[in-house]
Amino acid sequence: MSEAIAAAAGSPPVVHDDHHYTSTGQNSRKVLFWTFIGSECMFFGSLIATYLIYRGRDKVGPHPHEILNIPLTSVSAFVLLMSSLTMVLALAAIQRGNMGKTRLWLAATATLGMMFVGFQIYEFNHFVHEGLTLSTNLFGSTFYVLTGFHGTHVLVGVIWLWTLFFLTFTKRIGPGNDLDVEICGLYWHFVDVVWIAIFTLIYLLQ
Amino acid sequence: MATTVAAAPTHAEHAKSGLWSWVTTVDHKRIAILYFFTALGFFFLGGFEALLIRLQLAHAGAHVVTAQQYNALFTMHATTMIFLALMPMSVAFFNYIIPLQLGARDVAFPRLNAFSYWVFLFGGIFMNISFLMNAAPDGGWYGYATLTGKAFSPTHSIDFWAVGLQILGIASLAGAFNFITTIINLRAPGLGFMRLPVFTWMTLVTSFLIILAFPVITVALIELMFDRLSPVPTNFFNVAKGGDPLLWQHLFWVFGHPEVYILILPAMGIISEVLPTFSGKPLFGYAFVVYSGMFIGFMGWGVWSHHMFTVGLGPLGDTFFSLATMLIAIPTGVKIFNWIGTMWGGAIRLTTSMWFAIGFISMFIIGGLSGIMHSSPPADTQQNDTYFVVAHIHYVLFGGTMLGLIAGIYYWFPKVTGRFMSEKLGKWHFWSTIISMNLTFFPMHFSGLLGMPRRVYTYQKGMGFELYNQMSTAGALLLAVSLLIFLHNLTRSIRKGDPAPANPWNGATLEWATATSPPPEFNFQKIPTVKSLDPLWHQEGPKGHKIDVGGTDGRGIHMPNPSYWPMFTALGMTVMMAGLIFGFGLGIPGGLLFVYSFYRWALEPAS
Repeated sequence: MSEAIAAAAGSPPVVHDDHHYTSTGQNSRKVLFWTFIGSECMFFGSLIATYLIYRGRDKVGPHPHEILNIPLTSVSAFVLLMSSLTMVLALAAIQRGNMGKTRLWLAATATLGMMFVGFQIYEFNHFVHEGLTLSTNLFGSTFYVLTGFHGTHVLVGVIWLWTLFFLTFTKRIGPGNDLDVEICGLYWHFVDVVWIAIFTLIYLLQ
Repeated sequence: MATTVAAAPTHAEHAKSGLWSWVTTVDHKRIAILYFFTALGFFFLGGFEALLIRLQLAHAGAHVVTAQQYNALFTMHATTMIFLALMPMSVAFFNYIIPLQLGARDVAFPRLNAFSYWVFLFGGIFMNISFLMNAAPDGGWYGYATLTGKAFSPTHSIDFWAVGLQILGIASLAGAFNFITTIINLRAPGLGFMRLPVFTWMTLVTSFLIILAFPVITVALIELMFDRLSPVPTNFFNVAKGGDPLLWQHLFWVFGHPEVYILILPAMGIISEVLPTFSGKPLFGYAFVVYSGMFIGFMGWGVWSHHMFTVGLGPLGDTFFSLATMLIAIPTGVKIFNWIGTMWGGAIRLTTSMWFAIGFISMFIIGGLSGIMHSSPPADTQQNDTYFVVAHIHYVLFGGTMLGLIAGIYYWFPKVTGRFMSEKLGKWHFWSTIISMNLTFFPMHFSGLLGMPRRVYTYQKGMGFELYNQMSTAGALLLAVSLLIFLHNLTRSIRKGDPAPANPWNGATLEWATATSPPPEFNFQKIPTVKSLDPLWHQEGPKGHKIDVGGTDGRGIHMPNPSYWPMFTALGMTVMMAGLIFGFGLGIPGGLLFVYSFYRWALEPAS
């Protein structure tokens, strides 16, 4: 058994999935990923619904308008939006077979994602010092859990991007593996779109 | 369960015996068998819990179990039956039958499929370990706030329930992603959507319900876990800080009502295969049945508050959810008339499978009718939290889902094992089941309308409940006997049943087209081309199209390699999530195993 796996591991990269016949002509991994995104919509939808239902029902402060820093978060939102641009460039690069540019843009996307997470850590830390914790009021509970789960999604994306980046130095990701980058991109853009919704609902429409 | 496929070793053949081959298997047919026996084991566990409940209620003021034990028993009975028995039993059928009905060699993601199974197994074990730690979940399967808060449930009982359901949810989600992709993408050439067997259709609808409903309970459970497990607890359901217990009820039932259809639609799909086969004619109004199933799945999202009529939603909310609930009876009624229309004028063969399918229709009508009674808020207000509702859900989930699944077991058993189940024992099984389930559940309508509350561990003498409860308990004991007859039939037939040919019932759909029973590992040597609905019934005549699947020679067919990484990923994830309750001592090793196994899985060649 283990010999079989070892033998298989030594063989050249296998990309049968990409060449299999499918009824729709779409790659199965991509179809699965779209269903996953549909599921994630319900996940964030439920968290956002909780936030909206509890909005304005706090018995004690700090209240959102007293603590949210729109200029600062606008910068971090801009950083995340720009990372979608670099993600598109990474996909375009690997589709042209340019591995150097692919690495550059993957690393840029991951770095912008890390910057966004850094902004969030700074923001959370700052809010705790201002007296807003998970326990303080409903705003604290709903705000940290919703934005925290979004931040976790960004972090997972960052790990995914760095994984792809390092795999470009192996045989696993090379020209012709653009589907791997495309699916990561689908995830990345989705997480980005979710942030637009969260930013609008929490920060802009207080 | 040793299979007998081509003698010559070929590329397509993998080791077929020994425990390790089951741990590493990615073959949808073997995973189905794992699902089936695991779900069956949990079904008997849940049944044992039900028997203890019935013994406790046999007499007024009985002391078979304590009130606290009783709380754990009804919570775990429901949780086990819904999440560990009925759903995974349906998934066992998805696994075995869907790739065959599609004319495919496996599901789209065989290793993800194995992962789903192992997560389900470990999640089920995790949930039941709570009994050994004297912390069995005891807050009801619906886990209403604020009872589940730290103040009222200080032990780990609710933690086991919440984390256990999260783990099981991941298994269901991974499976549903896989089956949606499989059905959309791996249909044989010519097998358009309106040529799909109804069981495949219902699997597709069910899978969409799962991927859209489970995230909602995931979020509800996350909020509950943050309230209970966070070192700095949140206030989601903390009334003192403004938290609203109704939020839990809404989130739970936005999940919980689609969950009802997740449980019943697969069984409806099964009997939509059984009835045409044993009536010798195509399903009456195929398109109507398919669209009704889709409509039920869609409407299932608009009726959740009929579980909440007694909380006082106001006339507008009550009216909307009442009308939506009445509306959903229409597509259900359409299906029932179509099934009856299928039998009408058919050359009916009364096999055990057919008996159970007819039993499904009869019992489900009873459960459906009491369901319509609940759609009226004034009536529901009287019936809420009484045994009347217990009667309703058991007619739907036992009389419906379980009878449908049993019909499926008798129907597909020859395909899975190459042997028939005993028809003689099957008839005994059927009649003992029908008589005992009605003896158990029908009196609950009366005890409920007399006012007997559910989830209370005993009742006083002289309330008029005694006779009905004794009938129910006697019925439950008889039901246990009927299940033992079934178990005997199952184990005996696996070893000694009469040998079955490839298409023993003259079925119309592609699973019966495989060259042998059980099918070879690769299912079809040649992927068939389909030109019609019910393709195996349209092979003769001038317009006929012969279904050719080749023989049993798998030479040159590339099948996915076995892998143990899905199992280790599932194990690591379960231990990591147990760390949410028991701290970093479990969380860190579990997390490391999860990440390591996940990467090994992702980087290992798929085939």
